[in-house]
Amino acid sequence: MTNLAIQTKGLKKAFKDVSVLNGVDLDVRRSEIFALLGSNGAGKTTIINILSTLLIPDSGTASVGGFDTQRQPERVRELISLTGQFTAVDGMLTGRENLVFVARLRAVPNPTQIADQLLGQFGLRDAAGKRVDTYSGGMTRRLDIAMSLIGTPAVIFLDEPTTGLDPEGRLEVWDTIKKLAEGGTTILLTTQYLDEAELLADRIAILHEGRIIAGGTLDELKRLFPPAKVEYIEKQPTLEEIFLAIVGKKTEEVAT
Amino acid sequence: MNALRDTGILVGRSMRHIQRSPDTIITVAIMPIMLMLLFVYVFGGAINTGTDNKVNYMLPGILLIAIASGVAYTAMRLFTDKQKGIVARLHSMPVSRSAVLWGHVLTSLVSNAVSLAIIILVALVMGFRSSAGLTAWLAAAGILTLFTFALTWLAVVPGLTAKSVEGATAFSYPLIYLPFISAAFVPTATMPTPVRVFAEHQPVTAIVNSLRALLGGQPVGIDIWTALAWCAGIAILAYFFAMRAYNRVP
Ligand SMILES: Nc1ncnc2c1ncn2[C@@H]1O[C@H](COP(=O)(O)OP(=O)(O)OP(=O)(O)O)[C@@H](O)[C@H]1O
Ligand SMILES: [Mg+2]
Repeated sequence: MTNLAIQTKGLKKAFKDVSVLNGVDLDVRRSEIFALLGSNGAGKTTIINILSTLLIPDSGTASVGGFDTQRQPERVRELISLTGQFTAVDGMLTGRENLVFVARLRAVPNPTQIADQLLGQFGLRDAAGKRVDTYSGGMTRRLDIAMSLIGTPAVIFLDEPTTGLDPEGRLEVWDTIKKLAEGGTTILLTTQYLDEAELLADRIAILHEGRIIAGGTLDELKRLFPPAKVEYIEKQPTLEEIFLAIVGKKTEEVAT
Repeated sequence: MNALRDTGILVGRSMRHIQRSPDTIITVAIMPIMLMLLFVYVFGGAINTGTDNKVNYMLPGILLIAIASGVAYTAMRLFTDKQKGIVARLHSMPVSRSAVLWGHVLTSLVSNAVSLAIIILVALVMGFRSSAGLTAWLAAAGILTLFTFALTWLAVVPGLTAKSVEGATAFSYPLIYLPFISAAFVPTATMPTPVRVFAEHQPVTAIVNSLRALLGGQPVGIDIWTALAWCAGIAILAYFFAMRAYNRVP
C-alpha cells in the first residue's frame, strides 16, 4: 500500500448530459483530515459517492487504501465508512438497536458493548431506548456519525457532518474528528462552513466547476491569495475570503 | 456464508419493523376477512357455487387476495429503505449486496404466512372444514408460499424504481382484483365468453382450483402443474426485472 489513503485521477462524471466532474485529481494522505470545499452542486457528494463505491465514474480512477473502487469494491468497503449528507438511520428502531444492527453487520465482537460506549460518547445515553423517529435532527445526526465509527474503519467519509447541529453539537463532532485522526484514521470531509475546514483540516481542496482549482494547507492557500491587505490594521485573509476570491476569479476567467 | 449471516440480520431488522407496526399484518388480514364475511353471509346465498360449504369454496381466493395486498408492504419497506439512504449505507458497507433484497423477500414470506394463518383461523370459526391429510396441507402451503415468493419479487421492482410510496404500492391493486375475475368466487360458466376465456386462463384460476382440490381432499389433476408453472414463471420474470432495477441502484 502507498502512503496515500485516497487517490483519484482524472475523475469524470456526468448525469445525463450535465457534466459534474471534469477530471478531478485528489491525493489524501494517511491519517490526515482533508476538507473538500465547494459551492452547492459543485460535485462534492458525487466524489464521496464514487469513493464509497456507490457510483461508477464515467472515466478516471479512484482508489482507497490502494484498492481500486471499481475493480475491488469489496476491499474498499472493508476499509471505509460513509456518513452521507443526509442521515441514514432506521427510524423504526431505537438508537441502540441501530448501532447494534450495524455492529452485527460489521461482525464486531461485542455489538451491545460497542453500542453502549458510542451512545455515551455521543450524548445519546438517555435516548438510547427511544425510537429514532422521535429524535431531534441533531440527535439523529450524532447517531448517524456514531454508526459510521463502528468497526474502526481506516478511512471515514463525512459529507457535511455538522450541518444542522447546534454549536455544542458541532464542537462534539469536531472533537471526535480530531481524536479519530490522532488515532490514525483518515478523514475526508466536505463542508459548507469554511471555519470548520480552517479549524480541522490538515489540507484543503476547493472544487469548482468540476475540477480541483486549488489545494494545499491553509498556509499554502493563503499564499495563493494576494498579499495581506494593508488597511488601518494588517489583516490575514480568512479562508472564506480566499475561497470567494479563487472561485470568483475562476468564474470570471470562464466568463471571458 | 456471509451472505446468509447478513440476510439473517436484515430479516431480524424488518421483522422488528413488523412487530412495531402490527397493522402490517392486521390490515393485510382484515380486508380479506371482511371480504370473506361478505361473500359467505351476504352474497353467498345468491352465488350458486354448487357446494354446501361456502367458506371452503371462498377461502382459496381470499388467501390470494391477502397475499396480493401483503406484498405491497414489501414494496413500501424497500422504497423507504432506499429513500432514507439505508440501502446506500448498506451498499457502502462490507455487506452482501444480494442480502439487502433477500432480507426483504424472506420477511415477506414470514409476515404473509402469519396473515394467512390468521385468516385460516377465522375461516375455521366460520365453518371451514378440510378433509386434507398432511401431504395435501403441505402441498397447499407450498403453493401459497411460491405464489407469495413470486409476487414479492414482483413487488421489489416498483419498490426500487418508484418515485413515491403511492407509486411503489399501486402495482398491487390490479393483483388484488385478479381473483374476482377468476374461478375464485363464482363459477366461470356464468361469465360472458371473453371474460370467461380470460378467467379460465389466468394464474389465479389454476391456483384456486389446485388449493380447493388439495384442501377438499380431492385429486388435483393438471391444475397443480399449471399453477406451479405460473408461479415459477412469474417468479423468474420478476426476479430478472428486479435484479435489473437493483443494478441501477447506487
Ligand atoms: N443522481 C443524480 N441524477 C442527476 N443529477 C445529479 C444526481 N446526483 C447529483 N446530480 C447533480 O450533480 C450536481 C452535483 O451534485 P452533488 O450532490 O455532488 O453536489 P454537492 O457539491 O454535494 O452539493 P451540495 O453542497 O448542495 O450538497 C448537481 O447539479 C446535482 O443536481
Ligand atoms: Mg452534497
